[in-house]
Amino acid sequence: MPKPILEVQELHKHFHTAADQVVKSVDGISLTIQPGETLGLVGESGSGKSTLGKTVVGLLEPTSGKVVFHGQNIATARGSQKRELNRNMQMIFQDPHASLNPRFRVGDIIAEGIDAYRLARGQARRDRVAELLERVGLHPDHAARYPHEFSGGQRQRIGIARALAVKPQFIVADEPISALDVSIQAQIVNLLKDLQQEEGLSYLFIAHDLAMVKHISDRIGVMYLGKMMELADRDSLFMEPLHPYTKALLSAVPASNPSAKRLRERIVLHGDPPSPLSPPVGCPFHARCPAATEICVRYIPEGKEVRPNHWVACHLF
Amino acid sequence: MNVTSTKLDQPLDHLFHPVDRSQLADQTLAYTSVPMWKDKIRKLVRNKLAVIGLALLLLIMLLAAIGPSLLPHSPSAQSLTQTNLPPSAEHWFGTDDLGRDVWARTWAGARISLLIGFAAAAIDLIIGIIVGGISGYMAGRSRFGDRIDSILMRIVEILYSIPYLLVIILLLVVMKPGILTMIVALSITGWVGMARVVRGQMLLLKQQEYVLAASKLGTSHAKIIFKHLLPNAAGIIIVNLTFTIPAAIFSESFLSFLGLGVQAPIASWGTMANDSLGVILSGQWWRLFFPGFMISLTMFAFNAFGDGLQDVLDPRSHQ
Repeated sequence: MPKPILEVQELHKHFHTAADQVVKSVDGISLTIQPGETLGLVGESGSGKSTLGKTVVGLLEPTSGKVVFHGQNIATARGSQKRELNRNMQMIFQDPHASLNPRFRVGDIIAEGIDAYRLARGQARRDRVAELLERVGLHPDHAARYPHEFSGGQRQRIGIARALAVKPQFIVADEPISALDVSIQAQIVNLLKDLQQEEGLSYLFIAHDLAMVKHISDRIGVMYLGKMMELADRDSLFMEPLHPYTKALLSAVPASNPSAKRLRERIVLHGDPPSPLSPPVGCPFHARCPAATEICVRYIPEGKEVRPNHWVACHLF
Repeated sequence: MNVTSTKLDQPLDHLFHPVDRSQLADQTLAYTSVPMWKDKIRKLVRNKLAVIGLALLLLIMLLAAIGPSLLPHSPSAQSLTQTNLPPSAEHWFGTDDLGRDVWARTWAGARISLLIGFAAAAIDLIIGIIVGGISGYMAGRSRFGDRIDSILMRIVEILYSIPYLLVIILLLVVMKPGILTMIVALSITGWVGMARVVRGQMLLLKQQEYVLAASKLGTSHAKIIFKHLLPNAAGIIIVNLTFTIPAAIFSESFLSFLGLGVQAPIASWGTMANDSLGVILSGQWWRLFFPGFMISLTMFAFNAFGDGLQDVLDPRSHQ
């Protein structure tokens, strides 16, 4: 197996509320991403997937645990080494209306990283911006316009061009399609896939739409209340989900073929996810789990490799 | 029931025809790209009340600049033969009990009031942006940052709780009453409002994804503050200014009216109103009316303009 480009080891990110309560948004997550691979991350809102993404790229400081990029711990890197790590890990944001400064022209938005890392100036900078715009399917003339003149999908393309400008190796895409029309979502996902092949990028792709995640990911992780419940190859996760939570999630995906739909049973979860302020003792999912037993209420299940490359954190296995 | 008789299996050629490809590829602009501020000025001009407010403000400022020289009377020249004259062609706003021209004194007073208002607001703005900016930018960044934010905000709260009347009375103990004292007194307590507004904006804006993106792209702190945060907070800061300037002008008039502000012989709207209190019952209405009217008009103009500006620059506040 090749050396992973990114290793996350026992990562925790806790927040303190005003009332001195602790929210464990990310609670002991470990994962690896291989060069050129896409790891999809799904989970309900509040499951900590966005926090995980922001902590991985260094926008948030981890409470404990390590993020290792190309064998280098990003927390201990300093100076030019740190800048190099930062440049190599970029992020694509969720809300294309909030992720572009309304006062900048598109060309300056895209060139922000180019300027910060002094990658190009003058004519070379303009050429690079034009090249990036064409790369993401926009017109070079768009550089002179302002973000409010673009649609959501076009803005997301601008956000992608901005991340690509510094030639990163790894990109965290934090729900890049959830704010877009369904008809535009596929375009953006396909653009990300094309760019991955051309540039050899690795992605951590965060979403809550299983169909899109399935389309783009090589492996998929399922998060619930800050913990990784199941992590497996895309096909084995979809064909043979092990964790009851994963099964419930998959049963909620609308089937495109109505006759296939009758074959499977819809598993309806009762209740809302517990408040992250007071997570349940034992398995975080036990209160909503159809298969919960005595042990689930008492002990937190450990992640086990039940089959090769298929990890699950559940007492059933 | 089939109203339109077109069936799907019929050829639809009469409805559709292929587009000429050469017309498709053209993505050039059909209009000129408009920067945001131009768009906002257009919106502001469409707001009648704001335009009236701005026009009144400009008129007041113009008259403050040239008003006294429109008549051949000096604001401080006394003429004991011409006391307490009603408004006339000779004296447009009449004269006071020392024979001084009220028109000239009104616009000389406007200079003082506007000077103190703008100077106090400018000092508020500078201190407010520095303190609020540091506080909001540092908050939540680290343990040290939280501590800085917390210290600055406690200072703000303490100053906020002291009434400015008390501050100015205390200041008068150590400083001579006058324009400088007024400016100092108004800005000692005045900047805290601006600091709070700026801090709030910083806290809000630094969570915006474009600021996160900038820091991820390696943009320096200085650039993030001056290119991303402050320009996007500018709208709300300007709106706030249109409320702090008239507040400072009103405070000046009020304090001068009480005798705590600028001292005779300097004219100010507040001192003129105070001087005329004794004679209002004897029918010399013009001595109280003109300074009082100017205070009201200035307040109205600033508020009308500020309100229109708020609609344009801070649309969320009017939802």
